[in-house]
Amino acid sequence: MSTFPVTLEVRSSVKPLAWAVPAALLLFALPHAIDPYQTILLAYGLVMAIAALGFNLLLGYTGLLSFGHSAYFGLGAYAVAFMVKYLHVQSLELLVLGAVVASLAVSALFGFVCVRYTRIFFSILTLALSQVLWSLAFKFFWVTGGSDGLRVPTPAVLGRLPDPAEDKILFLANAYYYYVLVLFLACVLVMWVIVNSPFGKALQAIRDNETRAEFVGIQIRRYRFVAFLVSGAFTGLAGALWVPLNGLTTPDILYWPFSGEIVFMSVLGGFRTFAGPIVGAVVFNYLKTSAVGFTVYWQALLGAILVFLVLALPAGIVGTFKHLLLWLRKRAFR
Amino acid sequence: MDILVIHAFNGLLYASVLFLIAGGLSLIYGVMRIVNLAHGNLFAFGAYVTAWTVGSVFAGVHPGLLYLLLPAGALAAAAVGAILEPTLLRPLYRRAEEYQLLATFGLLMILEDVMRFLWGPYPLSGSTLFEKAGSVSIGGSRYPTYNLLVIGIGGLAALFLWAFVYKTRFGVVLRATSQDMRRASALGVNVNRVYVEAFTIGCFMAGLAGAIVVPSQSAVLGMGVDALVLAFVVVVIGGLGSLEGALVGALIVGVVREIGISVFPEIELAVLYLIAVIVLLVRPAGLFGRAA
Repeated sequence: MSTFPVTLEVRSSVKPLAWAVPAALLLFALPHAIDPYQTILLAYGLVMAIAALGFNLLLGYTGLLSFGHSAYFGLGAYAVAFMVKYLHVQSLELLVLGAVVASLAVSALFGFVCVRYTRIFFSILTLALSQVLWSLAFKFFWVTGGSDGLRVPTPAVLGRLPDPAEDKILFLANAYYYYVLVLFLACVLVMWVIVNSPFGKALQAIRDNETRAEFVGIQIRRYRFVAFLVSGAFTGLAGALWVPLNGLTTPDILYWPFSGEIVFMSVLGGFRTFAGPIVGAVVFNYLKTSAVGFTVYWQALLGAILVFLVLALPAGIVGTFKHLLLWLRKRAFR
Repeated sequence: MDILVIHAFNGLLYASVLFLIAGGLSLIYGVMRIVNLAHGNLFAFGAYVTAWTVGSVFAGVHPGLLYLLLPAGALAAAAVGAILEPTLLRPLYRRAEEYQLLATFGLLMILEDVMRFLWGPYPLSGSTLFEKAGSVSIGGSRYPTYNLLVIGIGGLAALFLWAFVYKTRFGVVLRATSQDMRRASALGVNVNRVYVEAFTIGCFMAGLAGAIVVPSQSAVLGMGVDALVLAFVVVVIGGLGSLEGALVGALIVGVVREIGISVFPEIELAVLYLIAVIVLLVRPAGLFGRAA
């Protein structure tokens, strides 16, 4: 679908580790070097990175642009809030599990409808369906809290009940940060395995040429459906991890401009690369936080950045970096 | 009985506004194959400009003359459209669809803040026009005259647009470009000009919708984002790129919403979206759409 040249790369199993291992070590060490506020900010970034990673399985690998991923993120978040409020579940592991199951169920329902379409129709349909959830969260205020949303207290992590005397900021910057980090790394690993598996290759074949993929014997709709499910589950997991961090879930995260933000992150990092959405999510999070602190017109600032990216840097941060590396290497060997 | 008439009028009122917004969106898609996510913001822009002209700039003018100022918002939105198409959209036609959506999403964020910058975060009202119009009696109940005016404008707009697209020379060129841009271009049609004109007309319609709603409801931030999603529902039901579809879709949404508000207010929006989904499952290209 895309028109800009994609460089064919030779994949070896060692090369990505040269980037991934130092990055993971850095993420483990960082909380000791930066203040708790920065750590929490980074935790937000990692949570969004899980969502963007899931989103990009559809956009980058299957060629389907979803403008409705706020649905699965919001669903994960609301599932946690409901379980806390109505079922009095305290264990974070149970909450996360429940949220993933809930978002799987809804992505199965939505996916069944959406994968029949591609291109712009897919985008509009995912958007319209996500707004069904938004309107429900908004209107059934006696269940969902309406526009006030639902408050979610600190959950029990690994069976350890929250200590009322403990400072919440320190809890989020320490125990919770590492919890998110471990899940994030697990997600990266799982997604890496998925996109490099025969299944992932089939998705990329569908993205590059639907007709040929079908002739090779790939059942396009079924593959798209499974990709949709995985994508929804990842984004739902992100939503579930986001709630304790935020302490509150409101219909804003179900509203479609939030889907736009997830798209923004992937494009900022570069949706044609594996690491792009991760980098994009973390950078976007910093970008948005500093833009909001810098001016009331932060939206215009982010919008201008997005337009600039589309017009001038369509490969995103990671994609541009890769092009640059390739170019430097070519020059060095000349 | 008169309650039914009033409900019918309300449904038509809503349909008129929706037709103008969705018709513009659909016209632009039909000709240029681009979905403008910032379309709702042009609707909001039209609303703000009219509220501002009627409410502050010419506040002291005789109310009869104020009605002549109503189209100010439509003209302003058209002017914005005429600037945007050649500068922002033209470089994107050869690019993949995701980039077109993203660029217009960026535009949406920018326009939202431009309006915040120009008119501040508070709602802007142009209610003089609504109040001065008074009300009429329908079978014993009072109904605002202004609402009837909006219905009239919506109907007239649909008529004019139909005549314009199907009865004028420019309409022929427009349809030819929409069906086969390359061939039209080879036959001597200046495609760039058609594009900028089509986009301007689409924005004019969105701006007009904003201009005519603002006397009865204030211009607020976020109204564009809300309106866009409803316009999507309309074009999905009617078929993206079809003006007849936009008209029928707007009528369906207008009527269902009117019933929904009184019968099932909680799931009114959800029902609208579900109708859109059902239409897509039964007729993938919408009721009036050409197969994609």
